[in-house]
Amino acid sequence: MNPDFLPSARPISRLIEELNKLPGIGPKSAQRLAYHLLQAPPERTRDLADAIMAVKQNLRLCSNCLNITDTDPCGICSDGTRDLTRICVVEEPIDILPLERTKKFRGLYHVLHGVISPGDGIKPEDLHIRELLERLDSGSIVEVILATNPNSEGEATSMYIQRLVSPLGIRVTRLARGLPFGGDLEYADDVTLCRALEGRQEMS
Amino acid sequence: MAARVYRTTGIIIKRYKFGEADRLLTIFTSDHGKVRAIAKGAMRPGSKLGGNVELLTHSQMMLARGRNLDIVTQAQALDTFLPMRDSLELMSCGFYLAELVDSFTEENVEDTELFDLLLDTLRRLTETGDGERMVRYFELRLLGQLGYTPQLHKCANCNRDLQPEPNYFNSSQGGVLCRECGYSDMSASTISVNAQKVLRLWQRSDSDTAGRVKLNSELAREIKGILRENVRYLLEKQLKSIEWLDRLAGDSKLNGDRATTGNSNGNQA
Repeated sequence: MNPDFLPSARPISRLIEELNKLPGIGPKSAQRLAYHLLQAPPERTRDLADAIMAVKQNLRLCSNCLNITDTDPCGICSDGTRDLTRICVVEEPIDILPLERTKKFRGLYHVLHGVISPGDGIKPEDLHIRELLERLDSGSIVEVILATNPNSEGEATSMYIQRLVSPLGIRVTRLARGLPFGGDLEYADDVTLCRALEGRQEMS
Repeated sequence: MAARVYRTTGIIIKRYKFGEADRLLTIFTSDHGKVRAIAKGAMRPGSKLGGNVELLTHSQMMLARGRNLDIVTQAQALDTFLPMRDSLELMSCGFYLAELVDSFTEENVEDTELFDLLLDTLRRLTETGDGERMVRYFELRLLGQLGYTPQLHKCANCNRDLQPEPNYFNSSQGGVLCRECGYSDMSASTISVNAQKVLRLWQRSDSDTAGRVKLNSELAREIKGILRENVRYLLEKQLKSIEWLDRLAGDSKLNGDRATTGNSNGNQA
């Protein structure tokens, strides 16, 4: 869009521009949202604005697992019913949601906030690996589950952490990599198939 | 007008998240040079593209020409270099090769020989598990392929035949300098007789022969220094993955780099 040409009043152009920066929101959606907000009752827009500000002002990282939280320690870390001897290592806070949905894992998490990516210059110090090692110092952890994404950077990060953690005598496991449910063998890639064969299990 | 859909084989050398579940790929193809394309939905677990367009995968692809970016319509991996993925060191060498190729090439400039060199190097890396030597060989051959062949037989300054003795190397002059020319050249570094021999051999041999050359650690370090400096000079920057490679090799101090003191555990791996 020509920056000098403003089809709408300046405040609305600004709103469109801001909305457009959000993931998944293209120029058309941004326009629709902006005009929708313009017509909505003032309380509604104020609620939205408050909610957005609250996210920025009240949220911080859990001092234990580095998940995003409004209480410190976070809800998972302070939940007395959870297994305090197992830590599941994930790349981003958002990765905790699908794992929690399974209700299969009752241990704690550790959020790295990224992956090692040599080509982008992202090094281990840029992640929260040291905090993980500090947590392991307590001696109460028996297992570290590596749940980084099954791609090149995720695998490299897992291999790197495994090297640091294994010498401590703690069991290190990696989430199984295999065929997705609802998938199709025909379209499976070789790496996935190889891993699926390696990790095959007896049916009982 | 060129066909709307075309078939090619290529190696994924870079990829970014794009939108919700798409990936923006940089593919170094055998017959169209470096191409950027979108792989739609590649990040979804059940995606047909998924693992077939993962970094450093050699794939056969169908691409549809788009206005700005091409779109990957089908992909089938030909080689995933699986053993490389199981080793942190080899995978890191792979990251470096990908960054090298990406940095030295322009989009849509066909270079089949460079593609073959990359593919061959990745295969060797996977088969032999010898990352270090293969990376050095690749650097030297890449320079040659791009027209920056280091001058190794005659002095790059006075053009006299080089004597079999320790000489000098200067990246900005494009090769080895004789003792007389190199002595007064402050930016030249010394190069041993053995290093000159290895580079000359590599310049004319295939990767199989190159992989059989024995290098002691001192010679390996010397050759690494020379080639890296040459690459850095040509690109006018240090590649990002170098620091990571050095840390893995545990030799960050030897290279005098500004190793961060942060995570000292990292070097004990």
